[in-house]
Amino acid sequence: MSNSQWPLWEVFIRSKQGLNHKHVGSLRAPDATLALENARDVYTRRSEGISIWVVESVQIHATDFDQSGSFFEPSDTKIYRHPTFYEVPDGVKHM
Amino acid sequence: MTRADQERIFNEKIAKEIKIEPNDWMPEEYRQTLIRQISQHAHSEVVGMLPEGNWITRAPNLRRKAVLLAKVQDEAGHGLYLYSATETLGADREKTIDDLHSGKAKYSSIFNYPALTWADIGAIGWLVDGAAIMNQVALCRTSYGPYARAMVKICKEESFHQRQGYESLMKLCKGTPQQKAMAQDALNRFWWPALMMFGPNDAESTHSDQSIAWKIKRFTNDELRQSFVDATVPQAEILGLVIPDENLKWNEERGHYDFSEINWDEFWQVVKGNGPCNKERLAARVKAKEDGLWVREAANAFAKKRSMKKSA
Repeated sequence: MSNSQWPLWEVFIRSKQGLNHKHVGSLRAPDATLALENARDVYTRRSEGISIWVVESVQIHATDFDQSGSFFEPSDTKIYRHPTFYEVPDGVKHM
Repeated sequence: MTRADQERIFNEKIAKEIKIEPNDWMPEEYRQTLIRQISQHAHSEVVGMLPEGNWITRAPNLRRKAVLLAKVQDEAGHGLYLYSATETLGADREKTIDDLHSGKAKYSSIFNYPALTWADIGAIGWLVDGAAIMNQVALCRTSYGPYARAMVKICKEESFHQRQGYESLMKLCKGTPQQKAMAQDALNRFWWPALMMFGPNDAESTHSDQSIAWKIKRFTNDELRQSFVDATVPQAEILGLVIPDENLKWNEERGHYDFSEINWDEFWQVVKGNGPCNKERLAARVKAKEDGLWVREAANAFAKKRSMKKSA
């Protein structure tokens, strides 16, 4: 690893108890410990978080945009997975 | 998918205000324009720390010192968000920084003016950050997702930058006649360079049309400059300061302030590297990178040692 190219890390922050960690950006650091410290300094200067995850960017696998049409197609055609697909008489309550 | 299909999908997204994301297909010129603009923006944040950093140890009291320190620290963070955004476009971060150091890449010409007095720090917050915010609020709606997200975060953080500058000038304006004169002197020196921050007139701006079409820029240089003048003139009146432009007056018909032509010779001189502090600023950045080398090496050595311990 050359000095000029520390690995890239993706930063995820939980803003408060009960919420998911959310991607906020990225940074470069030589290892996970320093990535966490840098993430604190860069992304939580105004109490934006109570927990941070850092993941090396090369470890992230993503769907291919060019194929995303066919990749997500199966769910597009199954409208019966949504409650609005079903007809229920007006008088029925709590449903 | 053919190139024509890709281009059609890209154009449809732009038309429908759907953000372009890093893995999406985009025209090479769109990518290069963004890399140039975002890295220039990142460099401006980083070089922008220099005139203010110079005053941290000389701030008049602890409150002002803590505020200035926080502001400069924000600017380092903003530089980082923006460098990260250029990396999502495939730019090499170190190379973009080397381009700054070699003089190939530009940064906002405003930072080539010196901060001579404490009042300049107030004027920089009020006018320079004010102009930057005017530009950045518009960029929150830019078409490239990572850039837009960085702008949202930056705008949120920067609103205090302008307010603290204005507050600090207000204090001087309510102080002794000498303090007020100092504030007026700072306005006199920073007014025109602040207006230059919006770049050349629309007719002279080389990249404007395409950037507007791609929705990278949402307003033209002249539109943003006019908004800034309109917003700032009443603020100067409240301070009791006089804007150094004898032609400045409200134009009822246009619903805007009229103002004098900018001294474009000065603007181009500073852009070309002949401003009062160009050499000093670049030298400071190069020195910071060279002097920081041992820190980066030490961090690497420490990381290596720790990983060896872990695997042992």
